[in-house]
Amino acid sequence: MAAGAKIQVQRVSKSFAVAGRQAPALADVDLDVAEREFVCLLGPSGCGKSTLLNIVAGFLSPTTGTVLVDGRPVTGPAPERGVVFQEYALFPWLTVTGNVEFGPAMRGRPAAERRESVARYLDLVGLRAHADKFPAQLSGGMKQRVAIARALANNPAIILMDEPFGALDAQTREVLQDELSRIQRVEHKTILFVTHSIREAVYLADRVVVMTSVPGRVKQVFAIKLPDARDRFAPEFTHYEAEITGVLKEEVAKVRE
Amino acid sequence: MAAVLGALALWAVIAHGNALAGVVNPVLLPTPVEVGRVALDLGRSGELAQHFVTSLGRVIQGFGLAALAALGLGLLVGICVPLRFMAEPVIEFVRPIPPLAFLPMFLVWFGLGETSKIAFIGYTTFFPMFVAIAASVLRVDVVLLRAAASLGASRADLVRRVVLPASLPGIVVALRVGFGLALFVIVGAEFMGADAGLGHLIMEGRTFFNPAQIVMGALVLGLLGSMFNTLLLTAERRLLRWRAAA
Amino acid sequence: MASFVSNVSTLVESGLRGPALTRRRALALRLGAVAGFLALWSLLSGLVVVLRLFNPIFLPGPWLVLGSLVELAARGQLWVHVAATLERVAIGFATGAALGVGLGLAAGALRPVRDLVEPVVEMLRPIPPLAVLPLFIVWVGIGEPSKIGFITYATFFPIFLTTVTGVRQIDPLLLRAARSLGARGPRLFVRVILPAALPDILTGLRLGVALAFFVIVISEFIGAEHGLGYLINDGRNFFLVPQMLGAAVVLGLLGYAGNGLVRGLERRLTRWQHPA
Repeated sequence: MAAGAKIQVQRVSKSFAVAGRQAPALADVDLDVAEREFVCLLGPSGCGKSTLLNIVAGFLSPTTGTVLVDGRPVTGPAPERGVVFQEYALFPWLTVTGNVEFGPAMRGRPAAERRESVARYLDLVGLRAHADKFPAQLSGGMKQRVAIARALANNPAIILMDEPFGALDAQTREVLQDELSRIQRVEHKTILFVTHSIREAVYLADRVVVMTSVPGRVKQVFAIKLPDARDRFAPEFTHYEAEITGVLKEEVAKVRE
Repeated sequence: MAAVLGALALWAVIAHGNALAGVVNPVLLPTPVEVGRVALDLGRSGELAQHFVTSLGRVIQGFGLAALAALGLGLLVGICVPLRFMAEPVIEFVRPIPPLAFLPMFLVWFGLGETSKIAFIGYTTFFPMFVAIAASVLRVDVVLLRAAASLGASRADLVRRVVLPASLPGIVVALRVGFGLALFVIVGAEFMGADAGLGHLIMEGRTFFNPAQIVMGALVLGLLGSMFNTLLLTAERRLLRWRAAA
Repeated sequence: MASFVSNVSTLVESGLRGPALTRRRALALRLGAVAGFLALWSLLSGLVVVLRLFNPIFLPGPWLVLGSLVELAARGQLWVHVAATLERVAIGFATGAALGVGLGLAAGALRPVRDLVEPVVEMLRPIPPLAVLPLFIVWVGIGEPSKIGFITYATFFPIFLTTVTGVRQIDPLLLRAARSLGARGPRLFVRVILPAALPDILTGLRLGVALAFFVIVISEFIGAEHGLGYLINDGRNFFLVPQMLGAAVVLGLLGYAGNGLVRGLERRLTRWQHPA
């Protein structure tokens, strides 16, 4: 088991019961994510990538197959797998501080420890000055940063991110990509990141997993051999983009039909 | 405020004008002065306060019991699916029937004393509050539950730290509406089989052909209602400070 | 089978509501539940008799309630009472609605009307309509006019208020667009303002119907010889509890039907709000 991957998705398929029929979302997905690896799931709309993430997170159970984390099967959500949602999912009745310390507070960590933790992670995402604000008072980009801080403060080994920057405008999106890249270089988590932006995937990932259209399965995996700090306009970057676009285009065309 | 004064002025004009012109029997159209006099008389004798307190007492007790029940059951129904299926038919059956239609039943069951009024208020306010609270609980966004669970929440944590605060706005509204409903119905409940309370006072006005007393009672009720409404709205806004953007 | 109290897996999968039910299942559950309610009721009233908990007259079983209704119907009396109640509700509501919509439209569109009517409404609004019933009786006596007048008064407020809101909450963008297409004055009113305010007006009408049924009972407790409310209160004299409950149930059914009617009207007239 020693050389086993951190996350092992083994022959996972998932169908949903919709109006009496079975609608397949995923079919036979096999995927391994190594420790400290940043893997992007990329695919056309509706290809099931979010469903796959939800299964790894433990919110849904697969119809067939298993997901193993550290060799043990996933049976439900757990603090070892932190999640960042597209809709932020911040608790509106808590301040930024209240949100970030939610996990540790639930586990009964002492106040001093929590304070330190909150300070550290708010500094990491650059929101220390807004510690006492409520989510309703924050912009989308700020909310997502709080969400990231909240997930990190719980000290998970794995972070699952479901199109976290999808609801943000283009500029904020790139800023947060830069932030996430920087944070990862400090924290070294195992990250599984869902997106439908090729650019974003090439910018952030160690490996990009392109999925087919529904029912989703792994179409092709690209290893991104670029330095940690990436230049979006470098020729190598553009080369990867072009390659992946080619592969993805086939699948997007299928969705259109 | 200006609107109220304006309305008062209009009333005074119509009533006094009528008293002079004799269009309608002036007794039927009491002037603000006459109504004020009745209020003063009853106020001085302490009767007004007595009836006021009696009505309010019934409202608070009935509402209080119903609120506790509605809260407890509303939350329970949210997390216990079989209970929901059992509660639904009872509600569907009882909901369309106007609560006042059961007032005579309550008089038969509990006699003419305080209990029947309190039980009636409790019954009237329970169902709408319960339905609203249950709806609020069921509406809690699943994303919030997922976020909490992936931060390590147990089932008890989910209920206490997510379901409860997330449904609090809906609960507060339900309670406010319920209290308003209680004030709405207490008058009617005190028309029959009561010898105390503002509703009884108003009915007395009819029995002894004293419209000024009726109007006075109605105005007192109006004041009571609007006072409580403002109070509850303010409390609501403070409790739910986090809702408004900066 | 899921545990009695939802566990974390269920909660994170589909929230507190649980997975969506198919139409058939939902209907079956509903019917089963109603049957369950009747069964429970029958059981309780039966237990009262068997265990001699209290005088069974206080909790008659559903069959007794139904029986009393059937008896009243057979004697031809039920219809008399139902008709009396319906007549009062219908006339009262119609008058209240006409006044509420008419005045509401005027107040919504014309400032002077609003300035005149609004203070009066604001002052009268916090007063529970029930408190005014005795005043109507003193003014007009105990007969029909006071009951109908009272229903009119009660239903007027929600209808008036929602109509005013409906007119005033119209998206100014719509008005601007209409004006730039050449609509003015009365034509603007009929072709733009009225349809735009219609959903709110219909909501007000629905509230009015509910309120009418809500308050009619009490006006029939006092000084009436016909009507469902009369049946209920009259039952007090001889502990005719089945009759009291039966009349209440009929009243509920009527209210339900009235509500359904307005909802049907809503659906037809505002089809554009929910296509498909």
